[in-house]
Amino acid sequence: MGIAKPIADMGRYVADRVGDLGRFTIFSAHMFRWVFTDFTRWRLLQPQLYEVGVRSMPVIVFTGAFVGMVLAVQSYFQFESVGRGSWSGAVINLSVVKELGPVLAGVMIAGRVGGALAAGLGTMKVTEQIDALRAMGADPIRHLVVPRFLACLLLIPFLTVYCDFVGIVGGYVVAWGYGVDTHEYWMHSANVIENWDIAAGLIKSAFFGAAIALVACYKGFQSRQGAEGVGRAATEAFVVSFMAILILDLFIVLFLQGLYDYLWGRASIFL
Amino acid sequence: MSAEEPIRTESAAASAPAAVDGPPVLIRLEGVRKQFGGHPVFRDLTLAFRRGETAVVLGASGVGKSIMLKLILGLVKPDAGRIYIDGAEITRLDERHLMPLRTRFGMLFQGAALFDFLTVYENVAFTLREHKTWPEETVREVVRQKLALVDMDGTEDLLPEELSGGMKKRVGLARAIAMDPEVILYDEPTTGLDPVTADTINELIVRCQRELKTTSIVVTHDMASAYKVGDRLVMLHEGEVIADGPPEAIRGHRDVRVQRFIHGDASLAAPAPQGDIP
Repeated sequence: MGIAKPIADMGRYVADRVGDLGRFTIFSAHMFRWVFTDFTRWRLLQPQLYEVGVRSMPVIVFTGAFVGMVLAVQSYFQFESVGRGSWSGAVINLSVVKELGPVLAGVMIAGRVGGALAAGLGTMKVTEQIDALRAMGADPIRHLVVPRFLACLLLIPFLTVYCDFVGIVGGYVVAWGYGVDTHEYWMHSANVIENWDIAAGLIKSAFFGAAIALVACYKGFQSRQGAEGVGRAATEAFVVSFMAILILDLFIVLFLQGLYDYLWGRASIFL
Repeated sequence: MSAEEPIRTESAAASAPAAVDGPPVLIRLEGVRKQFGGHPVFRDLTLAFRRGETAVVLGASGVGKSIMLKLILGLVKPDAGRIYIDGAEITRLDERHLMPLRTRFGMLFQGAALFDFLTVYENVAFTLREHKTWPEETVREVVRQKLALVDMDGTEDLLPEELSGGMKKRVGLARAIAMDPEVILYDEPTTGLDPVTADTINELIVRCQRELKTTSIVVTHDMASAYKVGDRLVMLHEGEVIADGPPEAIRGHRDVRVQRFIHGDASLAAPAPQGDIP
């Protein structure tokens, strides 16, 4: 009796999680079927492009700028202590384009867009708008999820480019303020950063965008009744998207690093 | 269904549609069982709706009236039992096969369920754009006609958030009838409305029934609405049909649960037997 209940609870928890994963897989497969067989209509996609792209710009610019500036503050004094202050540009800019730009842009979008998508769809569910779509012979996944997915997939890489750009500018402004030689700063950056590094960041961001959209839309569709249910869906959308970004980041980096080594051999910024 | 038809109890309702002359049965639920989270809503619901009738389904809140409408549309699947539309079983159909079937229905949801990101025009035009290949001018003309039918002309450019509760219901009705459906399902059409607005909605239901010649199923606990729009009343109690018949017969029904509901008086005692009313 004493041990039976915890085991039963654990079993129920595992069964629930496995069931949730199965439902998410079916949901995603259903969505991809529409993406590949009936591309979304511009009328549906346009408002989502505005919502995901244009309205995320301020938070992305803010994030990128401060990431670059903070990196510059922290790295400049380390390099300056060995008389190589202008080398900080290489580290700042490489960090921004390869890792911090895509990941922090993804995290900020998971919070702003992911939460809003889950809350919006959750509200549509509790006010029976999703049932109304089905009742009218329309597929809610095609009308609601596909445009949101495509907007995230297409625009988050662009937002990442903005984040990278503003981060690079922010880092330079701080380094310039510390008296770093501008020519050397950019020269070291250009020597270290390859097109591959920029592309790797953008490839990651596309995966982050897809994950944010799928998780947020799924959570919105699974929302329970009432304001608490919608709020919980939005919170869960952010938390799960954030975890997905971190997990995807690790595996994509491992894959891309392996691919790079295979194609061009191992490289180091110190050689 | 004619007013002369006898009242059917749950067991009678199961066999009556096939046995009694009249319009053919359009929708039939047979032995439907449904529960949510271990709480049974329907244990063995058997009920049929004939083509052209306006049936009002009555019952206390939480008795499963709205679920019944969703079962008919295939939005919710029964745990057991069968559902037939026009003689064809739809119980096991998947979403892809249910979608074309649903275009034969129009549904007015309890809160109207207008798409809050679309204007009134776009809401009413939604199904037309989805299922017809009409040019936009034709869609515009149909939307104008439907909005005029519910006295909402001139509101095309408004968003749902700019409408009152009664206006939302009217736009929801215009959207429900946009495709000229064979069946209109009304989920609590007058709930939350003041008496005058509620009566306006009742008038619109009667007008739609008269002009579109549809089969209508109205779910409500508003007796004024039920008497005004229904030519058949069905009462659900604890997942079962406890009364079924024309309004005048339900008024004199002997079951105390029916009398309590229609008079809104929980303390009412059972009436004395009256003639041969069951």
